[in-house]
Amino acid sequence: MVRFFGFLIGLFFSGWLIVSAIMGAVSYISEPPPASVEKQFHLHPKAVNFSSDGPFGKFDRQQLQRGFQVYKEVCSACHSLRLVAFRDLAALGYNEAEVKAIAANWAIQTPDIDPNTGEVTGRAPVAADKFPKPFANDVAAAAANNNAIPPDLSLITKAREGGAPYIYSLLTGYVEDPAKIAKLPKEIQPGSGLHHNPYFANLNLAMAPPLVLDGQVTYGDGTKSTIDQMAKDVAAFLIWTAEPKLEVRHQAGWAVLLFLAIATALGYMAYQNVWADVKAQKKKV
Amino acid sequence: MSFSWARHYEPSHPFMKWMDEKLPMPRLVYNAVGAGYPTPRNLNYFWNFGSLAGIALVMQIVTGIILAMHYAANAGIAFDSVEHIMRDVNSGWMIRYAHANGASFFFIAIYIHIGRGLYFGSYKAPREMIWLLGVVIYLLAMATAFMGYVLPWGQMSFWGAQVITGLFAAIPVVGEPIQQWLLGGFAPDNAALNRFFSLHYLLPFVIMGVIILHIWALHIPGSNNPTGVDVKGPQDTVPFHPYYTAKDGWTLGLFLIAFSIMVFFLPNALGHADNYIPANPLSTPAHIVPEWYFWPWYAILRAFTFDFFFIPAKLLGVVAMFGAILVWFFLPWLDTSPVRSGHYRPKMRIAFFILLVATAVLFYCGGAPAEEPFVMMSQIAGAYYFAYFLIILPVLSRLERPLPLPNSITESVTGKPLEQAS
Repeated sequence: MVRFFGFLIGLFFSGWLIVSAIMGAVSYISEPPPASVEKQFHLHPKAVNFSSDGPFGKFDRQQLQRGFQVYKEVCSACHSLRLVAFRDLAALGYNEAEVKAIAANWAIQTPDIDPNTGEVTGRAPVAADKFPKPFANDVAAAAANNNAIPPDLSLITKAREGGAPYIYSLLTGYVEDPAKIAKLPKEIQPGSGLHHNPYFANLNLAMAPPLVLDGQVTYGDGTKSTIDQMAKDVAAFLIWTAEPKLEVRHQAGWAVLLFLAIATALGYMAYQNVWADVKAQKKKV
Repeated sequence: MSFSWARHYEPSHPFMKWMDEKLPMPRLVYNAVGAGYPTPRNLNYFWNFGSLAGIALVMQIVTGIILAMHYAANAGIAFDSVEHIMRDVNSGWMIRYAHANGASFFFIAIYIHIGRGLYFGSYKAPREMIWLLGVVIYLLAMATAFMGYVLPWGQMSFWGAQVITGLFAAIPVVGEPIQQWLLGGFAPDNAALNRFFSLHYLLPFVIMGVIILHIWALHIPGSNNPTGVDVKGPQDTVPFHPYYTAKDGWTLGLFLIAFSIMVFFLPNALGHADNYIPANPLSTPAHIVPEWYFWPWYAILRAFTFDFFFIPAKLLGVVAMFGAILVWFFLPWLDTSPVRSGHYRPKMRIAFFILLVATAVLFYCGGAPAEEPFVMMSQIAGAYYFAYFLIILPVLSRLERPLPLPNSITESVTGKPLEQAS
């Protein structure tokens, strides 16, 4: 009985799937789906290396400081970094006094309540505060940015397919030349207030190119601040904001693997030892 | 225990004797996974994945209990509490990455364990109950893993909860009220998150209980083995301890090495980038995909693209997806061949390897976007999947001429008949 009903059910499911496959194939051949222009023009992130890549990866602290400077002077005008606190900057190589100074001089105030009147007010951030948001709320953010809310950058390198190379490619991948834009198919030309960028999934985004001039940021360590260099540095900084424990993770990983390798080798020898008498009876092949 | 030659527990230390009289727990362990459990001597490495799955579950419970100390099951702060674990809790990143990847490693172990049972006929008499309990464990594990993925309250968490509970909405008439009842609202929100957390904490202990039944049922007939031939005498077996504890022990090392490589060097490789974006009911991700271990079932769900007369395609897909797993409950009665091991079933062996290929195709298509040619591929692979269990196995059992079986496990290992082997 089980086999009889099973047979019928099997015939139904398998049969209907085969019929569906054939019907799908017929409609695919008779009316091929239109090729998506977005897919055709969408580019994969450029190949770019960071010192934190790979199992031995470590942060380049000079680069993180430069990247932080780019965030501070360019990105922070619109993008929040709400999961990172000023105190976390100590990991970039700043000493306590420097961290306190960075917090105290931050351009945006931390919301607070006046202890005497209870009124909502603002104050200079302290080291224990998270980075204050540039806009009071999402509505204000959208209103100031052509209806697009600038995403928080704390996790951005983990929250986008392609990670840091994607961020770098997006920052350096804008197509602004009107002659080049005119050559693009009509349906992917940027609308008003939008900017063309083949690394962005929809090809056009509301963010104007943020890095436009070589030397836009003046680096303290003497590195030449080309657009390419600034994009790379800020991408490296955003790897750190998304994964601040990356270095300790890599170090712990090697310690764990060393321990496991020794334990497994010992375990294998114990196994060989225990099984020696039983394996001796095995027929010779 | 069924074998008369099983070793008996004889405590020598006075305390152990005292303990044995009051609460014979050491005796229970000795007979379950100690020297008191005679185990076939010829088990291959596929037999290691049961204990590995068990250890993976224990690791999930330990890391999960620690995570629950810092996690907040509230739609407003769940996402940030996970980031708090990642940034501010001492070694919190390690615990969370171990828990997230631990789920994947549990499913790797359990899939190999299930595949082993399918090929070597471990589901056949007298082991039907072990198999049935195993299917129950798998279903509970799926529910647990799904609800766990919702807890970080990222984009995939939210939309995964929406899609999976939406499957119930395909049921005619009562579907939508059922979905609302499951979610505790019209869309996933705090009510859903809270109950998922509650159940995600409960179900692993239910799984533990069913695993105890699974092992209890195993100890009635004893373990199957690669030849599928019954144990016939003491020469066919070795005591579980130290033989299989030693073998399981060193392969656990290999398992943990693979696990550590993922946790420490590729912690997000098996996850989805969108789950690092906080849940947003107003923005649907371009591709909603479940975790990799659900991809074959997701491929079957999406393979049904045409209504069957008055039955909508979505309902067919949902029934087929659940049916693809529920069919395992009937497997011991669908495959009637008296020969257990695929080694001695030349035709079943070919059919089984095609099933592995079909499952691999379903895995691949389940993670791919729902467009051609992936839909067509999953339709063909899905058709084979159902045909294997419901048509091919029952028919093959009648038609196939199995190869001659060895007289005993000992003979297959040593080449000498059982009586002559020492």
